[in-house]
Amino acid sequence: MREELITSGRMNPNIDPHLEIWHWHIPLYLFLGGLAAGILFFAALYVILGMESKYAGAVRRAPIIVPFLLVIGLAALFLDLRHKLYFWQLYTTIKLQSPMSWGAWTLMGITPISVIWVAIHIQEYFPKWEWKNVILKDLNAFFLKNKLALAWVTIVLSVILGIYTGILFSAFNARPLWNTSILGPLFLASGLSAGAATIILFARSKEERLLFARIDILLIVIELFLIIHMFMGFKASTQVQIDAVNMFLGGQYTAPFWIFVVVLGMLVPALLEFLELRHKKIPVVLPVALVLFGSLMLRFIIAYAGQMSRWLY
Amino acid sequence: MRYAMAIDTKKCVGCGDCVVACQTENNVPIGYCRDWIVEVTDGTYPQLEIEIRSERCNHCDNSPCVRCCPTGASHYIEGGIVKVTPHKCIGCGACIASCPYDARYSHPDGYVDKCTFCDHRIKQGQQPACVAVCPTKCMYFGDLDDPNSDVSNVLKKRKYKTLIPEAGTKPQVYYLI
Repeated sequence: MREELITSGRMNPNIDPHLEIWHWHIPLYLFLGGLAAGILFFAALYVILGMESKYAGAVRRAPIIVPFLLVIGLAALFLDLRHKLYFWQLYTTIKLQSPMSWGAWTLMGITPISVIWVAIHIQEYFPKWEWKNVILKDLNAFFLKNKLALAWVTIVLSVILGIYTGILFSAFNARPLWNTSILGPLFLASGLSAGAATIILFARSKEERLLFARIDILLIVIELFLIIHMFMGFKASTQVQIDAVNMFLGGQYTAPFWIFVVVLGMLVPALLEFLELRHKKIPVVLPVALVLFGSLMLRFIIAYAGQMSRWLY
Repeated sequence: MRYAMAIDTKKCVGCGDCVVACQTENNVPIGYCRDWIVEVTDGTYPQLEIEIRSERCNHCDNSPCVRCCPTGASHYIEGGIVKVTPHKCIGCGACIASCPYDARYSHPDGYVDKCTFCDHRIKQGQQPACVAVCPTKCMYFGDLDDPNSDVSNVLKKRKYKTLIPEAGTKPQVYYLI
């Protein structure tokens, strides 16, 4: 049998025998960033649509966790850096071709905005809250007055945040599994789905809960479509991309991907949400937890599998 | 000016002198390397062919590492050499993930490190350490824009290939075959 045997003398840590430069920090951050983007997207959307009081759970209640999600995510990103004290170099330049530069600047914008969003809705949680400081009081009044403009900025930044988490991977043509532009929309859809699911937890009315269950089912269907679309694209592509997708179609990531991401993270929660729409009694936390788990696993599996996929030469 | 390297796979014996010379010249930390030897054995026994390559950063014309770097730490210098500025590097690893040749590594001090074509030696009119030390003289280095340079001359006479040209990186280390 004709065989090709490649032996390399290189044994650099975290590079050989296969790339392992990114560990848990990056997929955790991508999950938290996507979830934050999802929550802020719907919060801003229902302000823009003028349905704030109808969907108060989405607009006023759920965003309270966003600053925490972003701060934990940023901390994970910081821990991942190996030259930590130089992190500020990110903010000395804007590199349009670097997704990480886009991400750094987007986070710089959306993190304070998420805090502002929580601050102007703080009375939802503390009805007697009053801003004592004059400056804070004026700022609060200013943002409340310009809430629609704030919502537009938020929705744009949240879409960039949600989509860049996928583009971060797809920009690397060195890793065939990541090198597909479908990852951008897929991660955006997954983040929006996680956001919609979280809003269900914060919803006040049954109507709002059912609306977000419907939205979530739609997003899960979109995700499934994108996953199939991505795999078909790989199958019809070059040998390295065929090898990459085969990790999920019989290879080592087959079981974790299909069981954790597709069945437990998408099909089961979609079914539970569907039953809820049919007025069956479903503990609301169950589909929500499964969607969040699936969203997290999707990022972990894509991050780790992508580092195993490579060009052979 | 466009610096490039040509390496004769027919003359290379895989002794690893280039690897050791580089580690010594550039104070590469123990356990790491900027260049390395790859052996490819191909065929059906007993008809086997072996190709030995000394590999390193390809100093690509279209470098994914420079494109992905969020701070500009990875950059081009004169002659198309791709370099990293340690005090601009945040150690995010994007360039490491972006390199189809896996030519970069994370230096224990935190920043990302790789082959520089020994630009500090070129400035003094010397050859890169790996080229200078090669006992079979299988490596050629020089300016591709100069038709009389070593590398231009050998590429005129010999057949050559680059590594994964289909990755679109336009690599500038040529392998004579």
